[in-house]
Amino acid sequence: MISIPEEYPYEAETSAVPAHKRVAASRAKGRPTGRDYIDNLISDFMEFHGDRTVGDDEAVITGIGKLKNMPVTVIAIEKGHSTKEKLKRNFGAMHPEGYRKALRQMKLAEKFGRPVLCIVDTAGAYCGIEAEERGQGQAIAKNLMEMMVLKTPIISLFIGEGGSGGALGLAIADRVWMLENSYYSVISPEGCASILWKDAGKMKEAAQSLRLTAQDLYELGVTERVISEPDSPKEFKRVYYLLEDALYDGFSKSRALSVEELLNRRYEKFRKIGRIQGLE
Amino acid sequence: MLKKGLFQKPQNRLEDFTKAPVKGGGRRQPEIPDNMFVSCPSCREMLLSKDVNENGRVCIKCGHHFRINVRDRIAALLDAGSFEELWGDLTSENPISFPGYEKKLEDSKRASGENEAVICGTGCIGGFSTAVFFMNGDFMMGSMGTVVGEKITLLFEYATAKGLPVIGYTVSGGARMQEGILSLMQMAKTSGAVMRHSQAGGLYIVVLTDPTTGGVTASFATEGDIVLAEPGALIGFAGPRVIEQTIRQKLPAGFQRAEFLLEKGFVDAIVSRKDQRSYLSKLLELHSKEVLI
Repeated sequence: MISIPEEYPYEAETSAVPAHKRVAASRAKGRPTGRDYIDNLISDFMEFHGDRTVGDDEAVITGIGKLKNMPVTVIAIEKGHSTKEKLKRNFGAMHPEGYRKALRQMKLAEKFGRPVLCIVDTAGAYCGIEAEERGQGQAIAKNLMEMMVLKTPIISLFIGEGGSGGALGLAIADRVWMLENSYYSVISPEGCASILWKDAGKMKEAAQSLRLTAQDLYELGVTERVISEPDSPKEFKRVYYLLEDALYDGFSKSRALSVEELLNRRYEKFRKIGRIQGLE
Repeated sequence: MLKKGLFQKPQNRLEDFTKAPVKGGGRRQPEIPDNMFVSCPSCREMLLSKDVNENGRVCIKCGHHFRINVRDRIAALLDAGSFEELWGDLTSENPISFPGYEKKLEDSKRASGENEAVICGTGCIGGFSTAVFFMNGDFMMGSMGTVVGEKITLLFEYATAKGLPVIGYTVSGGARMQEGILSLMQMAKTSGAVMRHSQAGGLYIVVLTDPTTGGVTASFATEGDIVLAEPGALIGFAGPRVIEQTIRQKLPAGFQRAEFLLEKGFVDAIVSRKDQRSYLSKLLELHSKEVLI
């Protein structure tokens, strides 16, 4: 079992990899998806479906299980591996009902005192007619507000793509951790290049400029921990071992706080980003 | 994120007409200033700019709402002389050293005469005090970076401390991509401040104006206790072009307009510009502590 002490947030020698390669790695075929993390981290997982209003969004898996001996709620965006599965999962692009399904489970977690693990891997919330009709913006906004005051610990783990508001809707957390080859950005590098420079081919420059890699985000204070990755997906076992301990430890530390302290710290974590110095 | 083309001005048909070369080269035509007339994109009527401006930038024939300058909106909405601006001198830096961002900020400041894409402060409507924010579409498309997020957050914290309601007007292309992830984090930060204001019993009324999209729609724009919209305003998460590219089909007429959102249940009421002052003052009265006793 490999364990990295908390004061070493990432293995610095890997940070020379260019940003666009990180983005490519985050999207690579064969990369473990949300379901793989559930299978390896959570025992006795029981999946629950539906938002109780319009349907069940299969782009997100929600349910409960055990992390070691700790009952937890898990919300995992799932992209799928095979083409058939990817279509079923809408490539990990959630509709509004997905965010509402997630929030429903989070509320139950609060009620029963379970910590919440959010596993994030999406290019973005789905852009489509039905998504707009059912209030994509409102669904995400509601999650941001509710997660900020959810009276139970939350850890959001970025395992691949962290596309804008669609990722943020599951990432208001006490701890935001990122795999070494995951990214988190306000816009896809391709989108940024085509809007700003009218040239989607400038994706490499955009990826660099947006500062979207896990290492960048650590420096910007958005993530507290970057988890190093093995070269091959087959060796991911060591990541799961590390995560099992780290998540358990993280939840335990948060649980030791009073609810007021927990929520104050969560608020302050986001409040400080872009705070203007020198104001009363 | 910012959406392409959202802020393009509707084509002024008269512009081409007045600039067309005069055939025959005979008698000199009287010159008409470019901005003397404006064509209504809704009813196609040719209107005198003066009439439209005097009518609060609303078409005198069909009631189409043109976009309005943010300072004119403040002047028309709040009781005369009641507005006190807060944090007006905050300006953006270039926190992630994004190429070309400083120049863009400078250009926007010069063109709009404002420091950032939101104006915050306090004022009165019909004698009722309230905290207010007004986004400014003329400043980098009303996009939200760290300063916009900070000012909105400060306003909600201020209103919470003072026990004031908040009335906000949104117009935005979304999160500002030149500040990268820090812009995205402003969605979280502002939502947290809105929630704290709400939990302290504060009233938050938001008026969505044309266009309100992206990260602003997915945060404080849709978090009001009461969500109002101006007629015809485009309101959405993804911009219409992005959706058309994704689904490869034309969008139905009226899609993502205020009336569509009302029908789908995401807006409490559509209030035309000339009625907003009295509408908001009634809402403030109905929620004021004095009335409840």
